[in-house]
Amino acid sequence: MTLATPIATASQTIGPYWHLLPYKGWNDLTRFGATGDVITITGRIVDGAGDPVTDACVELWQPSPAADAHFDGFGRCASDAEGRFSFTTLRPGPVAGVHGAAGNVQQAPHVAITIMARGLMKALATRIYFEGDAGHDIDPVLNLIEDPARRATLIAKATGPAAYHLDMVLQGAGETVFFAI
Amino acid sequence: MSDLTPYRPLVGGTQPPYDAGIYGSTKLRAPKQALVQVPTSITEATGPQFSESRYPSVIDLTKVNGGEAQGQRIVVEGRVLDENGRPVPHTMIEIWQANSTGRYHHPGDQHDAPLDPYFQGAGRVFTDSEGRYRYTSIKPGAYPWRNHHNAWRPNHIHYSLFGPGFGTRVITQMYFEGDPLLKLDPIFHSIPDEAARNRLIADFDIDLTVPEWALGYRFDIVLRGRDATPFEDGNDHSHEGH
Ligand SMILES: [Fe+2]
Repeated sequence: MTLATPIATASQTIGPYWHLLPYKGWNDLTRFGATGDVITITGRIVDGAGDPVTDACVELWQPSPAADAHFDGFGRCASDAEGRFSFTTLRPGPVAGVHGAAGNVQQAPHVAITIMARGLMKALATRIYFEGDAGHDIDPVLNLIEDPARRATLIAKATGPAAYHLDMVLQGAGETVFFAI
Repeated sequence: MSDLTPYRPLVGGTQPPYDAGIYGSTKLRAPKQALVQVPTSITEATGPQFSESRYPSVIDLTKVNGGEAQGQRIVVEGRVLDENGRPVPHTMIEIWQANSTGRYHHPGDQHDAPLDPYFQGAGRVFTDSEGRYRYTSIKPGAYPWRNHHNAWRPNHIHYSLFGPGFGTRVITQMYFEGDPLLKLDPIFHSIPDEAARNRLIADFDIDLTVPEWALGYRFDIVLRGRDATPFEDGNDHSHEGH
């Protein structure tokens, strides 16, 4: 007897009214009492016309530092009227490399970002790396992107000792690198 | 050490494209460049985990401050499984929806239909050890939107699921059996595969229907899966078809 193989449920847009979900304060990953090397990550999202994306749900996931009772590695932020988002979190460290990669090279510190919005039928997945890290040249994911200009779309500029900023472009010139997982 | 078995590739046609032209808002938001396929590292294999103590359940949307929401009361039950047919236990599901008149309690919703002070527009439910979930709500009304002339969204409830990893995150919508607006809806029809579309339609279920109380609808969700056994040869198989 063969059982039908289940197929992943289709994605649909998050639409314009997702703010009925809780998000206020969720952009602060230290809200459960986490302490350590606290950083802020800000960004701005624009569309293919250069206009701000004002209704996005931006989520952050970081496997490093490992989750514990005071830190769950997860944040959510609503983009504002200028398309801006911000997170307060603990600085991630390098994490293990990828399955089967030669030498199993470590990945440079990064956070994973999910962007969901009206007009996006599926979530967009990307990463934010941090300017000034020596590991970028050998990072196995950054090295999947040949064009240096495109690779640069994933690297946040240091705007202070513990502050980083990255602009994101959904479409067109300077388009952010988005990932298939 | 996390299990870094790759996610199984999505089945062609069962997911909408980004550039779904019939849905106007995709025009300036869909990326033009091809996505870059990443291998499954710890970042993609793991993901946020939510505890009910920190994220309390809201499983009855029909009552606020002692008042009862207007509309057709429904109970929705289903299972969350992965692509291997295994239940996804203790995973968080977020839901949100319009009230019975087709109005969201949201400043952006200017549809001329009454708000219902006793309707809770959003909820949160966790699956049990067998992947089952259940909540009580009101059948949402249809509402107009400006995608094209006389455009109306079919009745739907929005769903947000996380599952075990960053790669299992999904946002979807649950529709209702027999809704005449489904055949006209660009968001529903952005999914090319008809069977995949129809899996977003909840089945009316008389056995779930609570006598003298609420209509029952069944809606199962399948999250992306990974192959049951890790590959032994160390090669990246994530681009292979299945
Ligand atoms: Fe909706």
